[in-house]
Amino acid sequence: MSIHVLKQGLQTTVQDLGRPGFAHLGISASGAADAFSIQIGNLLVGNEPNTAALEITITGGKYKFTTDSYIALSGSDFDAQIDGKTVANWTGVSIKKGQCLQVNKSLGGARCYLSVQGGIDVPILLNSRSTHLMTGLGGFDGCVLKKDYVLKIGHIVNKLTKITLINKQEMEQKLERKTIRVTKGLEGDWFNDDTWELFLNKNFRVSQSFSRMGIRLEGNTIQSTEGNEIMTQGISLGVVQIPGNGEPIISFVEHQTTGGYPRIANIISADFCKVGQLKPGDKFKFALVTIDQAEQLYKMQLKIIHNIAVS
Amino acid sequence: MTNPAELIITPASDCSLIILFGEDDSLETQKKVFHYTHYLIDHPLNDILNIHPGYSSILISVNIAKRSIDSVQKELRNICINAEKIDLPESKLIKIPVLYGGEKGADIALVADFNDISIIDVIDLHSSGDYYVSFIGFTPGFPYISGLNPKLETPRLKTPRKHVPLGSVAIGGKQTGIYPSPSPGGWNLIGQSPLKIFDVNYPENALIKIGDRIEFYSIIESEFERLQLS
Repeated sequence: MSIHVLKQGLQTTVQDLGRPGFAHLGISASGAADAFSIQIGNLLVGNEPNTAALEITITGGKYKFTTDSYIALSGSDFDAQIDGKTVANWTGVSIKKGQCLQVNKSLGGARCYLSVQGGIDVPILLNSRSTHLMTGLGGFDGCVLKKDYVLKIGHIVNKLTKITLINKQEMEQKLERKTIRVTKGLEGDWFNDDTWELFLNKNFRVSQSFSRMGIRLEGNTIQSTEGNEIMTQGISLGVVQIPGNGEPIISFVEHQTTGGYPRIANIISADFCKVGQLKPGDKFKFALVTIDQAEQLYKMQLKIIHNIAVS
Repeated sequence: MTNPAELIITPASDCSLIILFGEDDSLETQKKVFHYTHYLIDHPLNDILNIHPGYSSILISVNIAKRSIDSVQKELRNICINAEKIDLPESKLIKIPVLYGGEKGADIALVADFNDISIIDVIDLHSSGDYYVSFIGFTPGFPYISGLNPKLETPRLKTPRKHVPLGSVAIGGKQTGIYPSPSPGGWNLIGQSPLKIFDVNYPENALIKIGDRIEFYSIIESEFERLQLS
């Protein structure tokens, strides 16, 4: 009942939906960078949405199964194959004992998820199996998977129904990453109308400085009229901060829990999954919505997941 | 006592709220942060994901799949009176041994020069201060410590270090702190403590907690080595 890593990818980690509840001790929640895709992947193999899966980034790796299993790949298309035969995304597939899953390079966004029926069995730390890479906490020894690691597959409990039919187009549309929607941030008024126009109408480019902690953006310099520092306050997932050099930073799943740069905007909850798919070199624009609109958009996303879960 | 109607509670995003207790970082404002933080830990509201205390604010993130931020906002206003009434846990005095200067405090001369005092003065002033822990934030277990003698205030380094060693004691602006794990950092290193203040696997057992008082005392190298082994 295990998976043997024959070849490592760029950054493959064990993730679930994260470890909330410890921010007051300086620990951010971590969890899947694209929480939408991991949930769908888990549902496809009959797991609970919060089951631990592998988060694969930019390049995949090769995984040998030592047992018959049922798996799904969700998120971006990584041109995956089982013993040379193409494996479609967003579909549950059987894999036999001794077979190898080869996950190549992404053809689209930054990440895909490999869900396995029964889940990836690593110790639960502070209520979660997710890896917090920056602190070396959780997951498989708190680090990325390397060649020769052996991962245990969990026991199948309360098996849910496997999902067979899923609207792939709808999934891909969810992860489209040309536009990322934001609400106005707490220091939104520190930026004048001209700066806001620049912020919303020009493309930003994702820099090479790209991690689960934060994503730096290039292409436009955003300047505040009120200075570059606030008295240290809380930072939550998806805050867009503007440091002194004017290049925005999106705080991401392993973000620091407090910070001192002005916060121009916040990514809306429904678009966190898109941020999880951003990769270096991608160009996109921000679009401003109200908090009410953001809540409605998130409800629509929950409905997609719910409808799949009960189908 | 804060009038509940006057408390500023405002959405910070579509899934978080912030309580603002004031514009300053006075001890009175920080006391309110301590009270609310403890109250929210001891009496967790339903479907709250995280609370992030700061000098004068608490950011609260909400599981909006379960609950609207509006309903949390209303409940926060209602708990206000109880929050200010709760007894705070005893503020412990934590004594932190520090080997000042040398390799372990590579920026101590910089702090001395900037403030036009001697290295001995830096050690004397830093180890005779009366400090309190404003909150834990930034990285796991990192204590934001207030109460630095103004004669020691030193701006952050222009270029942050990529790796600050575990236990480093440092000054950043008008704050001092201890790096609980190796991490990047832009503060001026003045020494190092041999104490393990934080284990990420057991965060609730942290040596230093919000509201504690801190005393630093100077040790020599042999004592550093002895404490490191113990």
